[in-house]
Formats: sequence, C-alpha cells, structure tokens
Amino acid sequence: MVPSLSDFALQEKDVLQALNKATARDVDYVDMYVESCVTDSVSMEESLVKRAVKSISQGAGVRAVAGERTGFAYSDDLSVRDLEIAADTARYIADSPQGNNPIAVTHRSQPSQNLYPLSQPLTDITTEARVDLLNKIDVEARRYDPRITKVMASFNTEQKIFLVINSQGQLVGDMQPLSRLQITCIAEDGANRQVGSFGGGGRVGFAYYLEQNRAMEFAREAARQAIVNLGAVEAPAGTMPVVLGGGWPGILLHEAIGHGLEADFNRRKTSAFSDLVGKSVASELCTIVDDGTLPFRRGSMNIDDEGTTTSRTMLIEKGILRGYITDRLNARLMGIPLTGNGRREDFRSIILPRMTNTFMLAGESDPQDIIRSVKNGLYAVSFGGGQVDITSGKFVFSASEAYLIEDGKVTRPVKGATLIGNGPDVLKKVSMVGHDMKLDEGIGTCGKDGQSVPVGVGLPTIKIDEMIVGGTAMS
Amino acid sequence: MSNLPSTHGDRFPELAATVLKRAKALGATEADLLVAEGDSVSVQVRMSEVDRLSKAREKVLGIRVFFGKRSASSSTSDFSKASLDRLVSDTCSLARAVVEDETSGLPALEHMVVDIPDMDMKDDRQLTVDEEIDLAKRTEQSAFSADARITNSEGAECSAGYGSVLLANSHGFVGSYASSSYSLSVSPIALDSQNGGMQRDYWYSVKRKFHELDSPEKIGQEAARRTVRRLGSRAITTQEVPVVFDPETAKGLLGHISSAVSGYSLYKGASFLLGQLGKSIASDLVTVIDDGRLAGGLGSRPFDGEGLPTRKNLVVDKGVLSSYMLDTYSGRKLGMASTGNASRSVGENPSVGATNLFLSPGSYSPEEILKSMKRGLFVTDLIGFGVNLVTGDYSRGAVGFWVENGELTHPVEEVTIAGNLQQILKDIEMVGNDLEFRGRLASPTVKIRKMMVAGH
Repeated sequence: MVPSLSDFALQEKDVLQALNKATARDVDYVDMYVESCVTDSVSMEESLVKRAVKSISQGAGVRAVAGERTGFAYSDDLSVRDLEIAADTARYIADSPQGNNPIAVTHRSQPSQNLYPLSQPLTDITTEARVDLLNKIDVEARRYDPRITKVMASFNTEQKIFLVINSQGQLVGDMQPLSRLQITCIAEDGANRQVGSFGGGGRVGFAYYLEQNRAMEFAREAARQAIVNLGAVEAPAGTMPVVLGGGWPGILLHEAIGHGLEADFNRRKTSAFSDLVGKSVASELCTIVDDGTLPFRRGSMNIDDEGTTTSRTMLIEKGILRGYITDRLNARLMGIPLTGNGRREDFRSIILPRMTNTFMLAGESDPQDIIRSVKNGLYAVSFGGGQVDITSGKFVFSASEAYLIEDGKVTRPVKGATLIGNGPDVLKKVSMVGHDMKLDEGIGTCGKDGQSVPVGVGLPTIKIDEMIVGGTAMS
Repeated sequence: MSNLPSTHGDRFPELAATVLKRAKALGATEADLLVAEGDSVSVQVRMSEVDRLSKAREKVLGIRVFFGKRSASSSTSDFSKASLDRLVSDTCSLARAVVEDETSGLPALEHMVVDIPDMDMKDDRQLTVDEEIDLAKRTEQSAFSADARITNSEGAECSAGYGSVLLANSHGFVGSYASSSYSLSVSPIALDSQNGGMQRDYWYSVKRKFHELDSPEKIGQEAARRTVRRLGSRAITTQEVPVVFDPETAKGLLGHISSAVSGYSLYKGASFLLGQLGKSIASDLVTVIDDGRLAGGLGSRPFDGEGLPTRKNLVVDKGVLSSYMLDTYSGRKLGMASTGNASRSVGENPSVGATNLFLSPGSYSPEEILKSMKRGLFVTDLIGFGVNLVTGDYSRGAVGFWVENGELTHPVEEVTIAGNLQQILKDIEMVGNDLEFRGRLASPTVKIRKMMVAGH
C-alpha cells in the first residue's frame, strides 16, 4: 500500500500553501515529511502476558536548507495553521525572506521497489495471537533446562506510513512495517545467576515467527546462552588474536568503520576517516557494503526518509575506502553520489546520513581452519552494544557470549568483556575471512544524535590478529 | 501554568475528566491518565555559522485502564474527540485480552499526594532564536579562542524547553506541574600535530533557571581545556592499578546502582544487588541519596508518575543498602511500599527511576585523591555498554591520564577498565569533596582501590 495525503486528511493545496511559506530566494531545498505510526507491544514475565501497550503518533516536520544551514520545525497537529507555523520557522535560516518560487507537485511516484510485501498488515495481528506466541516461548525456554528460572519476552510491531513532498516537486511515500521478538532468560545454579538474550525480526509479518519454528528456536537460544554463562570463567585482559563468529558480531563494522563513513562527519572533517577515500583502511580480504535493498531486512527501506530510492553502496573494496553514505544535504555539499541513506527516527527528528544493513562479503577460509590457526585467543559469537568516538576513531563493542581458544580449539566460555580498537586500523589486522557470511537476526537499533533507527549488520567468521580484550584475568 | 506558551493546557483537566468518564462508561474499574505538553527551540552553531535550528511543539495523552486485575495502556498525539474515543475503546479491548495480574492496580487513594509544593522548577525567561544563536556562537568562539590547537568543531548548541504534565486518575486525583530547562554546550576538536590525529571533547551546562547557566565563556574554555589535554594520548600496558573516576564518569557508577536497586530489576531477579537490603554493599565512605524535592533540581518533581509524593530517600547509608527504589507495582511484588520513584513515559506503564541521585561528598579534594596514587589511571571518559547488571560484571572502554607519583604524566586512550561492581563498590577508598549537580545524577571524584586495565 502506498500512502496518499488523504490518509492524513490533508489536501495537496493546503500542504503546498504551507510549504510555500518556507521557500525564499536563498533557500536551496525545502521538504515536508508527514508521518503516522502505530506501535503495538505485548510483554511477558513471570509466565504472564500482563502488559499490552498501543501508541499512535502522527505529525509533520518541515525543513528548509540553505547552504550548510538547516531550519527545522515540527508539529503533531496536522492543521494547515500548524503546518504554516512550522514552515515559517524552518525558513528562519534564510538570509533573505523574499523571492517565492511556488512549489508544484510534478513527480508523483511510487517506490520503484517493494522489499517488504506482507500478506497481513502488522496492525491486523490479534492481541490473542501475540499473547499465545509469548506463552509458548515461556514454556519452550523453561523446558530447555530446569536451571532457567526467569523468562521475559516481548513482541513489538510498528506500522509506519509517511509521505515526503519537496521543493523539486516530488511527492513520494512508503509504508514500512517493522516487527521484533526479544527474549531474555535468567539461569540460576546456587548463588550463580546469569543472563542470556536472543531475538530477531525485520520488516516481516507474524508468519515469519511461526515458520520453521523460528520463535521457539529464539527461545532455546536465549536459554542456551544463559546456561553457557553459568560455566563462564574470567575473561582474559590484554592484547590477543580475536576470532569473531558470523552474523551479529558484524556490529564491529558498524562501530569501527560505519559511523566514521557517514557523510556529515566527513564533510565537517571531524571523522578519523576524513580524506581517506582511495586509501587502504583494511586488509585486502575485506570488502564491506551498506545495502538498504535486502528484502524483509530490518535495516532495509524502499525509499529513505527523503524519498530517495535506497541502494547498495560499496564502502570498502578489497581494503580500499571507496565512499561515504549520504543524505541530500551532504551529497550536494560534498559533490558526491546520493546513496539513499537519509534517515530520521520520526517526524520530530532531522535527517541524518545513517547506515542501513552493513556487512562484509564472504571470503574463502573454512571457519574451522580460522579457529585452528589461533594458538591462544578469544572466540566471540554474541555481542551486546557498541559505541564509537568517530573523531579519535576509538570504538568498543561488548561480547555477551565468548570462549577461550587454547591450542587451536574452542574451550571454556568466558564472562562478558568489552573489546576496544581503533577504527582506521582494526580491519588492517584481519588476516582470514570465512566463507560463511551471515546476516544478523534483525534486532539492531542504532543511536546517533539522540535518534534511534533500525539497522542490520552481517559478517563471515573473521580473524583479527590482535585486539585489546577488556577482561579481568591477567593473560 | 499561565506563563507557558501553551495553547491547550487550560483545557487539559476537562479533557482528562472526559476521557476517564468514557473509560468508566466502557466498564473500566479504574484508570489513570497522563497529558504532557512541551515547546522547545534549539540552535546549533558550527564554525560560527548557524548549522541547524529546530523548533518543537508537541502534546501527548496516555491512558491506562483496568478491568479488575487486567490492564492495558495506550497513547496518542491526536486530541480530537473521535480519536480519543477510539483510543479509549481500543485500550479497553486490549485490557480484556491480557491475563489477570494480581499485583496490578492504582495506588490507594490515601497515598496520593495532597499538597503539591512549588519546587522552583520553572523560569519564565523566553529566549529568542537570535539570543540562542548569539549564546551558541559565543560558546564556540570561546573554545576556539582558548587554545590555538582547537581547529574544528562539532558545533555548539543552545536550547530552551518548557513543559507541563497533568496526571489524573479514577480516584478523582488531578495534579499538574510545569517546568523549564535551558542548556548550552560545545564540542570542540583539536588537531594532534604529532600524529595528524584528532581529539574531541565536550562541555555543557544545563539548568532549570536561565540565569543559573554557566557563561558561554566558561563553558567554551572548559571544553577547550578538556579537548586539548587529550592530545598525545596513547595506550598503556595491561596491569591492575588503582583507578580514579572524575565526577562525570563517577556518575556512571551511580547510574548502575540506580538500575540495580530498581524494584523491577529486583523482582525479575535481574540485579546484582538482589537480597542485599540491610547488608553492606559498598565501602562505608559511600552514602547515596535520591532527593525528589531538591529545589530547582533537574530530576525534581512534586509527585511521581502515579501521583504519590516524591521524597528524600537514603539509598545507601555508609555502605549499607538501606532502601530500594520502588513504585506501587514493584513494591507490591517485593512486599514493600512505594518509595515515590514511579517514573512514567506517556502511554507506558509506570517504571522506576531515580529523581536527583547523588553520592554524598567526602573530605578529600580531587588533588589530594590524585596525589594519593603512586601509579594508576585517572578516568575522564567512558565508552560502551559493557555492564551486566545481573552479575555486576563491568568492562568498559576508558579515556584519561596515567598517574605516576601523584602527577598526571600523559593522556591515555584505547584501554578498558574491568572488574565486578560488587567488588568495585567495596573498593571505593576515597570520596572527593567536589560534588556539583550538573544533571539528575551527581558524584564527587571517587577512587577505586584497584581495577584491571587492559591495553598493549
């Protein structure tokens, strides 16, 4: 379904009238983003589905851009008067408040791709079906092991529709479904209490969780991690070889290089990657892309929040930095291609260049050989969050399931530990890349400037010759 | 509320009564409702030019209904009669679909706040966009003027916000309060001429009263000082040494305590402080207080998210865990009374949150604390989320200074510090006298006897 202005009870002439308030001679670009979002959340704890929350949010944001300046205002009231006030505020950044060029809609287009056709809208999933799913998860996780004492799970869906109207006469919109199942288990053995978490989702419907018994698999995985952690020993401290498993450990790419390649930081030359296009920033085994066009993935979009069709962008090709990810403002100011990465959390937020699905392409090594090649090191397969200082390039990400590698074999599980490195250096130390590229299960949320957007990552098994592991045991 | 630039506020009590009446008509046995409204203007200046100007205006209504022991919540920003009617009936259907929860329900009427004190949380000072631009420009300019090595900037930001909250429930309770906040910050970047690398830091001031904000000059100079002192950073070797947290990073430790004493973490078994009430959890130098009624405090509120009076709670008394932080629901789960810590996002069930949480100051100056360290790490920034609140395992990226014989020798980066919070809290061996509120959490400088530092 492609939304239209009538879904917001708006008339085209009223919207244009408001938008024309924002145009002035020295404004380069003006747009209005009209959004409506319905979220439904049910959650379970103590074997009871006792929380159900629904929220409906709608509003519009108006932006005017002049040179490097952005004026932005929003309103959660879609009245013509409120839209005009917002537009009036947005153009404040223009030096000269005159010289109107009335806007007319000349390109009324539908997204050219349909990456998430759902047979049933997420808003049609009954509360009973959601409740039933969580109850089954509780049973499955507890059945995994009697030491599982607490199971918490939540199922969230979000159905967003939006339209973008801009001063180039484009009117385009999209409907973006998003769902996620998240499970946390606590395992207890005497005084030893440990936690395990797992989940998944994407721009997928309810059937996704039932196919291949996926939801039950997620439940067993959360339980398994908690049980593994019961036997965890102290993590080592110091510099050592690190093998990352496939999938979600791709958060390495997101933190180490992804943020540093967002165009805004590079235009301002505040990123450790500024001016490095064409230079070697990784070993030649590393080819990394950002791809917003993968069907049903959490980080995918038919069009970005500026109406640009998303694409696959080569970030690093055989170790060489190829380019940045862009939104309209930064692409124009830097004179580089528009990649369809202009994103915003909602109508209350401004557009920023953001990642979609960021992953490394498969290599040729056998994952077993990669582990065998390490005498003593760390094998990390699951992670919590990460963070980066894009200016110094230093980044961290925290392992939640990791093992020691001793004499080429995976041995004891270790407690969670933070890994730290330097973005422009860490991938130069990648000496083996597996043939087992895997995307994550669809749980990633990226934060920037206080805005959260859904993202995906992916990684084959890789070996990093040395990284600092922040454990507590002297190695 | 008359000073707020409010367009709707006056009709909120009436709106609340209508919505509650509608819920009752649909069979709800109890209900409560929260309406929040806010206006804000913020300006970001970068390299002396306006980079971004944002103006926000919003309102949202959240309702929670009970059908006996079943409940559900919802929220909307559309206040039209048709939309609100639909919201109430959808919420009622949702509530009928979930299971009974014996613990659920509003707090008893006799516990609701009666006198709503004025806590000096609102300033009538309206800032014009041009004033904000000027303040942000001066702040950034001060950072550039302070040191020639400051060559770039992520910008300076000035913002002013005004908000009001109204809470009403089916007991007939109606309460409201208004607040304001002003903030000014800058994030300068310095170039390292040695290796061509860059360093960035940040400084800020945030207050409920405009005249209490630090001057742009003071903020800019401090930001510059914090940024250039990072130049020449390097890693150190892996070793176990004493670690001093500056006030900004020590606040993080308080945040972990706050999460671990939340009633929700406790009844879910997800806290490293489970079963520790009345026991020693930290060194006897540690006294932690949560004060919801601090005049002008950024975390202050006259009543909590359920309408119970806020108060001053002694959370840790000379090392002994003396109180959890609870709302009505988590309190009932643990067989205890609410501590007035219900925190509430509109449209969500209550949860628990600290108000103004601080570590009581000790007797040492920060200089004396550094002097006490023969070899160790002085931490001034932390990155990452490597804290497991279930086990207390702690491992985060750190930035700071290496200390030899009480003197700062060189800046440090690309290291981690690790330990377990249960031990870290017991290992606090010095607490500074430099407590200053710069937000909802505040801590003086703190010294930990030893932590594992991982580096080269």
